[in-house]
Amino acid sequence: MRLSASGSPRGLIANTIARVTRKSHEPSERCQYFLVLDDATTFASPKAVQGYAGLLVAADEPPSLPMADVPIVSRFHDLSFLEEDAIVKVSASTGHLKVLYRPSSTCNALFVTSACNSRCIMCSQPPLKEPDETLDEQLRVVDLISGQPEYLGITGGEPTLLKEGLFTLLERLRDRLPRTTAHLLTNGRLYAYEDFVGHLAEVAHPRLSSAIPLYADIAQLHDAIVGAPGAFDQAVHGIYNVAKYSLTLEIRVVLQRPTIARLPQLSEFIYRNLPFANHIAFMGLENMGYAVKNWNALWMDPVEYAPILEACVRSLFVRRMNVSLYNLQLCTLPRSLWGFARKSISDYKAIYLEECQVCDTKELCGGLFASSKRRHSESLRPIRRNSL
Amino acid sequence: MGNCLEPSHCSPSGDTSGPLRYRLLPFTFDRWSTGEYLLVNEVGEFLRCPAEKFSAFTAHALASTETLYADLKAKHFLADRTSSACLNLLAAKYRAKKGFLEEFTKLHIFVPTIRCNGSCPYCQVSRRNQDTSSAFDMTEEILRRSIQLMLASPSPHITMEFQGGEPLLRFDLVKEAVRYTKERNASVGKRIDMVVCTNLTLLEDDHLDFFRSHGVLISTSIDGPAFLHDVNRPSRSPASNHATVERNIRRAQEALGREAVSALMTTTRESLKFPRQIVDEYLRLDLGSIFVRELNPYGYALKAAAQIDYTSEEFFRFYTAVLDYILEVNRRGRTFAESYAGLVLRKMLTPWSVGFVDLQSPAAAGIGAVLYNYDGNIYPSDEARMLAEMEDFSFRLGNVLEDDYAAIFLGETMQTLASAACNESLAGCAECVYRVYCGADPVRHYATQRDLFGHRPSSGFCKKNKAIIRHLFELVFAAEKDPDLERILWSWITREDQSLLRLPEVCLS
Repeated sequence: MRLSASGSPRGLIANTIARVTRKSHEPSERCQYFLVLDDATTFASPKAVQGYAGLLVAADEPPSLPMADVPIVSRFHDLSFLEEDAIVKVSASTGHLKVLYRPSSTCNALFVTSACNSRCIMCSQPPLKEPDETLDEQLRVVDLISGQPEYLGITGGEPTLLKEGLFTLLERLRDRLPRTTAHLLTNGRLYAYEDFVGHLAEVAHPRLSSAIPLYADIAQLHDAIVGAPGAFDQAVHGIYNVAKYSLTLEIRVVLQRPTIARLPQLSEFIYRNLPFANHIAFMGLENMGYAVKNWNALWMDPVEYAPILEACVRSLFVRRMNVSLYNLQLCTLPRSLWGFARKSISDYKAIYLEECQVCDTKELCGGLFASSKRRHSESLRPIRRNSL
Repeated sequence: MGNCLEPSHCSPSGDTSGPLRYRLLPFTFDRWSTGEYLLVNEVGEFLRCPAEKFSAFTAHALASTETLYADLKAKHFLADRTSSACLNLLAAKYRAKKGFLEEFTKLHIFVPTIRCNGSCPYCQVSRRNQDTSSAFDMTEEILRRSIQLMLASPSPHITMEFQGGEPLLRFDLVKEAVRYTKERNASVGKRIDMVVCTNLTLLEDDHLDFFRSHGVLISTSIDGPAFLHDVNRPSRSPASNHATVERNIRRAQEALGREAVSALMTTTRESLKFPRQIVDEYLRLDLGSIFVRELNPYGYALKAAAQIDYTSEEFFRFYTAVLDYILEVNRRGRTFAESYAGLVLRKMLTPWSVGFVDLQSPAAAGIGAVLYNYDGNIYPSDEARMLAEMEDFSFRLGNVLEDDYAAIFLGETMQTLASAACNESLAGCAECVYRVYCGADPVRHYATQRDLFGHRPSSGFCKKNKAIIRHLFELVFAAEKDPDLERILWSWITREDQSLLRLPEVCLS
């Protein structure tokens, strides 16, 4: 799935975030939109394009337009991937277009920063040296979202590094999208400061959920994965602060070789110490970012750890904890765990292999990360209804 | 058995060049006949380890690379420099485990009359004949004062339990109590669960209508099949036999719902012979659980002891026979719980507090439960009232007509009781590996041993609970390798049908 493209900019003064449209809008609303011209032969009169944030043109610039005082980015070749009301960001200097939000998707996220205070060995989205996201941009995206989507992730990097900015963003979400679940993916380390969580609670977002990873039941191991001494204590204190302010909590556990051996003890630790967790997600590894270079140390075939995983899920299930499995293909799991597997891979990253096409569980299965096309379980195979 | 309470100078933040690389957190332990050690900490988490590892651990010589080291650390039996979170976690868990103390007295027992139509030889209650005068019934004034005291209790969620005697002999008083409680509670706003403990021999349709419209639950007694029940629980009138109780259990189940009717059985010497038949009778009556009770050494039961009593060992053998059979029944797919085991398992396997008055520390006496007697006297428990009926008023907390809330609940008697109410500080309990799952019972020990603090080596309470808890540990360890058993034990804790605890099967459409 395409989420970016490059064109040639002319007249765009600053990086611009706007919705895309192919319809004609009232002049007063036009500044919210980029008008898309897919077809080189489309006739656009100066009057018809006046007032838009810009024109996105698939082909060369139409000759009739230089008269109009409107920024133009042309020569994208193909813009058919842009759906109506998608929100895009276009760079004034390079003409690079990036899709930030798609109305048809159920897994949109605000990528609020590429900075992070941890260096997790399997991080799929490693921090960048020069973050280029700004709070104003995030607020602009929130303002441009049409309707009330069911779900919106807030991710990075580490979103809590926005500090005050995060509260401003959550307040905007609370006011504009109160029916949208705001799913905040955070390492929870700054949550160790009670003031921070107190402030988060004061925002009183009606559907805020914090998803915090816990990789092990003991500090040494968790800290080694996170690459930061003290991270375990901070996350645990943070989680207790989340409970203290009655906020919604998800615990995320990444399934990777160094931590599998203690997975049963981690499950017991969560139940004994964090029984208030609203959701526990065990997550398969994604072959991106640091995981790519650490692959051999981290990867363990799900088929290999399935018995341990099954014991953990069973133990949490009888204890009435709410458990999900993310990123794992049904053919790698015992059938007893299928009911816990969610279609968790974002639509733009999910793929199915050739052998998946004849699988009778394809509809239930979340598929693979596109990045796992060549690195995946050796046991992927189609499941046939009559062989169950 | 033993316990570990390491002085705080062994702090992990202190000098670590010496032998103390880690600090032991409080726990109790015991060596099992298998040679393994069982370790239990203050919040009920436990683990087993081989003897030589245990010695290394307590000698501060366990290598941090060992799996056992990580397990001990994760379960908060030891603390080292790599984490400071453990003490906070331990404190939070301890607070949760002692949560039953948070809002003080939750169980309020009312004795509207001490008269009864039954004549059970094991009656722990000092009953009076049904036909005696109303001098053994509560007056409306006493009833109202008692309710006012109950509503003055700080707990926002209380249980109001009607006992006797047979409370249905004075159904008018039960009705008035419910009416008056609801009227007064309108401005107080407590959540109140109501239970009537009845032999179910006098049940009328209008009783059921009333219970249904006010959400009153029924707790009754069934000792087994008719041949056993009618020996254990004889009645003066043939109309009050097993057949009547059975008919009325079914009526009540139909009128109030299956979950609204629960039953307990009392074990006599005769019962010991029929563990399976007793369970089968409960299954036949479609009851969801059984509460297997030992004889209580009070009231009539003391007089009849020579005929009906047995040793703790005999009781334990019987109890495990019942439990084994119940497990067999559950393995066949029928969810059926033994309530005592369910409560102890909840203490062992969950992080939650368990409000069970028989096994609490501090003991429930006055703190978790209080009894308002027909004559206006207030007692910390049913057992304390029995002693009073035997002319021993040691535990009378006061009288509803004479004393106010503070005098009753903070008075000298309450303080004396409280001094013996914590098994953490009782000789023979403090270092017991099962202590956190057990409780203190000063009234019982006073009654049986003339000593509020009790003498553990000769205490039947201690013998029975040690044996049962140990037996439950064996089941829990067996369940680690047996998912069916795990599911059965958890269904007793969650009180759900075991099929709901099975991993769900996904069907392909």
